Amino acid sequence: MMFVPGNNPGMMADAHIYGPDSIMLDLEDSVTMAEKDTARLLVHNALKSIDYGNTEMVVRINPLSTPYGRKDVEAVVKAGVDVIRMPKTETADEVRELEAEIIKVETELGCVGRTQIMAAIESALGIVNAYEIAAASKRMMGIALGAEDYSASLKTQRTPGGAELLLARETIVVAARAAGICCFDTVYSNLDDMETFRKEVELIKDLGFDGKSIINPRQIEVVNEVFTPTPKAIEKALRIVAAIKEAQAKGSGVVSLNGKMVDRPVVIRAERTIQYAIASGVLSEEEVI
Amino acid sequence: MEIKTAMAGTLESGDIVIQIAPGDGLQIDLQSSVSAQFGRQIKAVIAETLEGLGIENACVKATDKGALDCTIRARVTAAAVRATGKDVWKD
Amino acid sequence: MRHSKVVTLEEAVRRSGLKDGMTISFHHHFRGGDKVVNLVVDKLAEMGFKDLKLAASSLSDVHAPLIEHIKAGVITGISTSGLRGELANAISHGLMKEPVVFRSHGGRGSAIASGELHIDVAFLGASSCDELGNASGCPRSENAKSICGSLGYALPDAEYADHVVVLTDDLVAYPNVPKSISASQVESVVVVDSVGDSSKISSGAIRDSKNPRDILLAKQAAKVIINSGYFKDGFSIQTGTGGASLAAVKYIRESMLEQGIKASFALGGITAHMVKLHQEGLIDKLIDVQSFDKVAAESIASDQTHQEVSAVDYASAVHTGSAVHALDIVILSALEVDVNFNVNVLVGSDGVIRGAIGGHPDTAEDSALSIIVCPLLRGRIPCVVPKVTTLITPGKGVDVVVTEYGIAVNPARPEIAERLAAAGLKIVDIKDLAAKATSIIGTPDPLPFGDRVVGVVMSRHGEILDRIHNIVE
Repeated sequence: MMFVPGNNPGMMADAHIYGPDSIMLDLEDSVTMAEKDTARLLVHNALKSIDYGNTEMVVRINPLSTPYGRKDVEAVVKAGVDVIRMPKTETADEVRELEAEIIKVETELGCVGRTQIMAAIESALGIVNAYEIAAASKRMMGIALGAEDYSASLKTQRTPGGAELLLARETIVVAARAAGICCFDTVYSNLDDMETFRKEVELIKDLGFDGKSIINPRQIEVVNEVFTPTPKAIEKALRIVAAIKEAQAKGSGVVSLNGKMVDRPVVIRAERTIQYAIASGVLSEEEVI
Repeated sequence: MEIKTAMAGTLESGDIVIQIAPGDGLQIDLQSSVSAQFGRQIKAVIAETLEGLGIENACVKATDKGALDCTIRARVTAAAVRATGKDVWKD
Repeated sequence: MRHSKVVTLEEAVRRSGLKDGMTISFHHHFRGGDKVVNLVVDKLAEMGFKDLKLAASSLSDVHAPLIEHIKAGVITGISTSGLRGELANAISHGLMKEPVVFRSHGGRGSAIASGELHIDVAFLGASSCDELGNASGCPRSENAKSICGSLGYALPDAEYADHVVVLTDDLVAYPNVPKSISASQVESVVVVDSVGDSSKISSGAIRDSKNPRDILLAKQAAKVIINSGYFKDGFSIQTGTGGASLAAVKYIRESMLEQGIKASFALGGITAHMVKLHQEGLIDKLIDVQSFDKVAAESIASDQTHQEVSAVDYASAVHTGSAVHALDIVILSALEVDVNFNVNVLVGSDGVIRGAIGGHPDTAEDSALSIIVCPLLRGRIPCVVPKVTTLITPGKGVDVVVTEYGIAVNPARPEIAERLAAAGLKIVDIKDLAAKATSIIGTPDPLPFGDRVVGVVMSRHGEILDRIHNIVE
């Protein structure tokens, strides 16, 4: 998920050419108070006019507690955004409040249920309430960690190893999985240190995250490299999926490969490997069949 | 509609600065490196957007840095909202 | 020295027998830092010459003072590879009665060699020269003031002009060796304060980019090369000076290291990037018609396997021994490419001249694989268009076009399209790219061209390829 400032038309015009899975146009922290109105209009018009192809379009709005939040919701829902990202989420009630705002606009447009929600958790309280937030609405598609505010709320600071984020990261993965939604890790802002960035991406992949937030197209390649399964893993996954199909064809509930029974978690992991391989473009959907 | 002087946009590449001032009829002064090929279209987008907002009398100065139509619409709307004090979104 | 040829500029002009109506020539190895053209033409104007024809290998922003000389009738004809800045703008608006004649570097070389472009007096700047006229683009003394490296574009002038004047800011003791221009070709030597500002050689066209779009284009171009079938041990390569094509060198280097592949030579304008690969042993030899930065200029001064080449030996179409005939891969940029793969690198989308032909058509036609790297859009300016504003490089010589919205392969090269598709690259129809551009920016209005011809584009084979009309405000 690539962050793009909502007041930069040049960057908004072609952000999708770098091939991020989703683009988050930002109305919150990257936009000054004086330009909230102009950025909102830019994002609204960009979403309406620019062909972003298959890229998932996310807009980070201002909190509903500010004078900007409600107008942001109206502007982006009217423009047909895929996902609204709510910043600084601390309770499930806040999610429901946003949902009510979205419904108001969607009702007016006659498209109730179109807009999904992603909640960014950026405080100690938010982490404590992570599962309730993740399960607060059917529209919830994911939760994400906002590390800068979170580490400030812990009264600590960001470190290269990320020890201060460990509990938050694990909590977010667990909450997302328990609620059956996706989870995304925070941004890494030092563009010149690709090595530490790669380590961080490897860490969050191992922790179970579905993706990483990025601030520059240059970071996309590293994320894709880390998340792209190895040819060996893909081959194994394909064999497992083939075995499942074979079992289904035989009407058998037991999947076996090379004479050994394949456990359910192994099947799920194989399917996930194939999804990643397709998403990273190293495997085409036809090859799976 | 009563308007004040207002401005929106930046001189970054891909953007456009729109300055609106009170005027008699609609006057558009455009500066653009692509005016030969796109000047007519840019002015049309500015005029259409203002019309859509009910503004018929204004003096518009546009300094274009290669903005797309959607950006022009956004900047004109933003400048108009600032000039009239009347937002396009509900309060 | 008894036979010293050192004289004042005025004396050199007098000795040359220059008369009104004659052709004078210059090279552009100092690019944006050139001081020779303005210095000499100022002097000729002061001496009362009129109706001179200026045959430069190229002209740039720094040559705006020529506008006054054109208005005064001192200069009435120009032939060049390119024009930029105020001079280009004025000429596009109809400054000159006689159209400017544009030739590629190879085209100019062969036109000089065949006599089609006859030079009466060549004024050639050199970073060192002895009293007899042995001249070089490399400095040879401790107090040297300039360095430009290769003098490749000046060599046809030195060989074929009726009279040759070398201007230098570093007069050194005889013999100034190794030399680029031989004393036997030189009639006079003029010592001046400065022939050029070397620090400005890499201004103008060359940018080293951190722009993510350039990096994306560079990576795609590198992937095209690596999977084209031409990337094998002993291959040869030339790159342009756009940000993306310079960045591509970096990615090609990584693949060369990974796969243990080495290049036999790199050709053309040589940059620090190429010098680095050469010094690492990844490129065996450098064939340098123009040193594009100080690193390249210093390398040619000290490295036997980094060789100067004349414009003729570099890119002539008629001399079959010219280096482009041995070239495998070239990466080039473009202002516009059209749906028939024709390329324009000279006239901007506003109809104003703002570039240079350079070696574009020479290398595109004679290389085994030519790759054009350009964004689909520059702001609101489309780069893939239905028809180029001005035809510079005919599409039959262009094989692949790389944009951020996909890679198009000339239908004449199906085998390349196949190889690239097999490597997982996104191949698109060039017509779809043009349509995509239109869908984003709209259809541009036709340019307000007038009916006067301000420029004539010559093909490298000596035929008229296109005409540039004046632009009306």
